[in-house]
Amino acid sequence: MDAKTGLFYIFAAVLLLAAFRVITARNPVHAALFLVLAFFQAAAVWLLLKAEFLAITLVLVYVGAVMVLFLFVVMMLDINLDTIRKGFWRHFPLAGTVGAIIALEMSYVLMGGFREPPQAASASAAGNLATQVSNTKELGKLLYSQYIYPLEIAAVILLVAMIAAIALTLRERKDSKRLNPSDQVRVKSQDRVRLVKIKPVLATSSIPAVVNTVSVEGKK
Amino acid sequence: MLLTLGHFLSLGAMLFALSVIGIFLNRKNLIVLLMAIELMLLAVNMNFVAFSYYLNDMAGQVFVFFILTVAAAESAIGLAILVLLFRNKSTINVEDLNTLQG
Repeated sequence: MDAKTGLFYIFAAVLLLAAFRVITARNPVHAALFLVLAFFQAAAVWLLLKAEFLAITLVLVYVGAVMVLFLFVVMMLDINLDTIRKGFWRHFPLAGTVGAIIALEMSYVLMGGFREPPQAASASAAGNLATQVSNTKELGKLLYSQYIYPLEIAAVILLVAMIAAIALTLRERKDSKRLNPSDQVRVKSQDRVRLVKIKPVLATSSIPAVVNTVSVEGKK
Repeated sequence: MLLTLGHFLSLGAMLFALSVIGIFLNRKNLIVLLMAIELMLLAVNMNFVAFSYYLNDMAGQVFVFFILTVAAAESAIGLAILVLLFRNKSTINVEDLNTLQG
């Protein structure tokens, strides 16, 4: 058993432990932090598989952006832990059954088909690939030539997600005193000043009353 | 003992089974549901990377890249919907979200 195998077992054990704590943690903040740990361990496993770019992307994008977003949302929402935890273990028999079925089926397939060590040719070829040119360069060459249209679609998806997230959570504040400068500039005098004709009140004296009253009303 | 493809696939399978159990257990907690979905995507990505290494084909890693993109978009929109939901109903309990009578 070489060092790589030992490292794999350590990373895998911590990863599974962190995943278990994610789904059973009482506090959602703890769940988010354990998910961060799980992503770090997964990145380490990917480094063992010589996927450096994706490992670092996982740490940057997931731990740096998505998990911080999760933490922000968890801390913003005022969650009642007791109502959320109610009936937590009620679903455990069903959950355990489904999980065991999935694990058994997958292990049956995997142990049957993928236990043999990798062929010498492909292993050496993978080693050559990793040493000759860096993983990032290789991925970049593929992404910007063969997968250029999917890459652009991915960019559009990110843009749509950004606009959607902003549009969903944007709201006008009710106590805001903001004025629209465009409306202020384009206002006409007819909108501001209204001439009201009022019948003259004939007083007992002979002095003529004011014919027109000018009322000025402010436009909000 | 050398690492084989089976090791990594088994790790992915166990991770996937754990997150399925998590989805069943946290039926009421939308946030942990989203986290379990993230774990599922991680398990799938693990399989892609393992196959990419052992079959010596970079296409698997390209797919992982796109899955990461879509997962980031999904979680951003999911959390935005969650915030909107909490603002309107003051709860994220799944059983209180029955406006559509589903």
